[in-house]
Amino acid sequence: MKLTAAEQAMYDGKEGPAKQKAMDLLMRYGEALGAERLVETNNVAGAFNASTPSVRALVAKGFDAVYSELNLDSADVVPIPKMAVPTCQLITGIDNDNWRIQGIPDELADQQKKAEKHFGALGINMFATCTPYQVGNVPVKGEHCAWMESSAVIYCNSVLGARTNTEGKESTGAAALTGRIPYWGYHIPENRRGTHLVHVDIDVDDIRDWGLLGYWIGEIVQEDVPVLTGNMRQPSLIKLKHFGAAAASSGGVEMYHIPGITPEANTVDDAFGGSKIVETLRFGAAERKLAYANLNCATDRDVDFVMLGCPHNSIDQVALIALLLEGKTLSANTQLWVHTPRALREVAERNGYVKMITDAGGVVMSDTCPAISRYAPKGTRVIATDSAKQAHYLPAILGIPVWFGTVRECVEAALTGKWNGGLQ
Amino acid sequence: MTDTGSNSAIVLHGRKVVGGVAEGEALVTHDTISGWGGINEREGTVIERRHELRGVSFKDKILVFPGAKGSSGYSAYFHMTRLNGVNPRAMIFVKMTTKAALGAVVTRAPAVTDLDQDPLSVIETGDWVKVDADRGIVEVTKRPASAQAAE
Repeated sequence: MKLTAAEQAMYDGKEGPAKQKAMDLLMRYGEALGAERLVETNNVAGAFNASTPSVRALVAKGFDAVYSELNLDSADVVPIPKMAVPTCQLITGIDNDNWRIQGIPDELADQQKKAEKHFGALGINMFATCTPYQVGNVPVKGEHCAWMESSAVIYCNSVLGARTNTEGKESTGAAALTGRIPYWGYHIPENRRGTHLVHVDIDVDDIRDWGLLGYWIGEIVQEDVPVLTGNMRQPSLIKLKHFGAAAASSGGVEMYHIPGITPEANTVDDAFGGSKIVETLRFGAAERKLAYANLNCATDRDVDFVMLGCPHNSIDQVALIALLLEGKTLSANTQLWVHTPRALREVAERNGYVKMITDAGGVVMSDTCPAISRYAPKGTRVIATDSAKQAHYLPAILGIPVWFGTVRECVEAALTGKWNGGLQ
Repeated sequence: MTDTGSNSAIVLHGRKVVGGVAEGEALVTHDTISGWGGINEREGTVIERRHELRGVSFKDKILVFPGAKGSSGYSAYFHMTRLNGVNPRAMIFVKMTTKAALGAVVTRAPAVTDLDQDPLSVIETGDWVKVDADRGIVEVTKRPASAQAAE
């Protein structure tokens, strides 16, 4: 890898031990990738928390030790200076207000608050959401970013036209201190071209169908770049948020094009940019049915936990849930958690949506989700969710079967305790 | 034709991802692997529903797999397998991505990619594999069926 003079100075330790460790990691990572150089970034979204049981011993050594090992891959503990470029915290494991409802011990919640205070003062902005693009971090087309969170990465690349690979805890930790990330993958324009052409033969409009389409595509194209054409209606933020999260769960999709909708392609030809179409796929009724079957692994129709908001709900999604619950009461056997970014929760409170949801017996949560925290209400045997991503991960993470459906089906399950959803 | 005699090793040539030399028993999967939500970092087991290695541990194995998928927590979870002492002894993978690269770097186990033969068809679970990542060489010794059955 070729370094600039400024990068070499950091690598040589002239800017202090933390930047030296950061450059060391970026060099090892860049060489592993086969990158030739680094690129400057001014937009980092990472994970600077340590709330999993595996790293408790590290936390006891202090926050410099946590950052050194988990964010720089350095066993040597180095003092961590202020972040060099704008940096934000993605989703965490703990809701700072509702940790007891999650079932999280007080000392872990306390530890997270102390970590936030420490890292916050170093310049890590505590958005605490998987959707930074919903709360003010909206990169501009062409902007080089270093983001984690697969559902945010695919949104950043595809919908916003900014440029990021799926970074990890260590590479974002290094990027935040150096303002550098390997120039590789989706930072390079040629790599952003389509690989697979997907004809959508059936009408795709509602959120569930966007999720099924994403889940089906991800499993087939894995980490390639699908180009969608056909019968999709005009999507919105919440539909593409769900579509991308699904495609990044069943596969590793980080970039897609919908010609005429997404910013880097007006036509199918634009999207492929002259490169060869690897494979042409068709999404029809049979494919939709297959994705639905793959996402629904529950058999027992008694639902004891309903989870809504992965990726974190937009204010419109919270409003819909509140209106569906207004004046009603949840089944005595069922709990409902609604997840939204903390900044949007503020709006939801102001609008009265939080009260409508809590009056019905639900909980509005921020900062976390069941898959990240690994906590569901104690004794949960069957989950229902409107998220393809949670339906994919929760059976593996919590060992609990899941029903996947629409928000209306999920709210009905929360009110009746029974799953009556299905694919028409 | 590939020589699969039990005494002679098959040699594959590729590119270093992380340097070092290691040998051990191969664990091969044709499914991509998720780190976060796909493995248990305290046991080194694959936990993903519908994964062909579900319930199987890669601790001390030479992990041969197509590549990484899913969450950006991939590297952090392989990083924790190392901190917990349940990491694979080496990694051989096909598709280079940022997740696969960073995961290998922080696991700090020898790793190679870009091999001149498809490792997923040449190597089978139970084969003895030596990875010399610095030189980009993988030596595969096929195990006789009787040896595999005896385990």
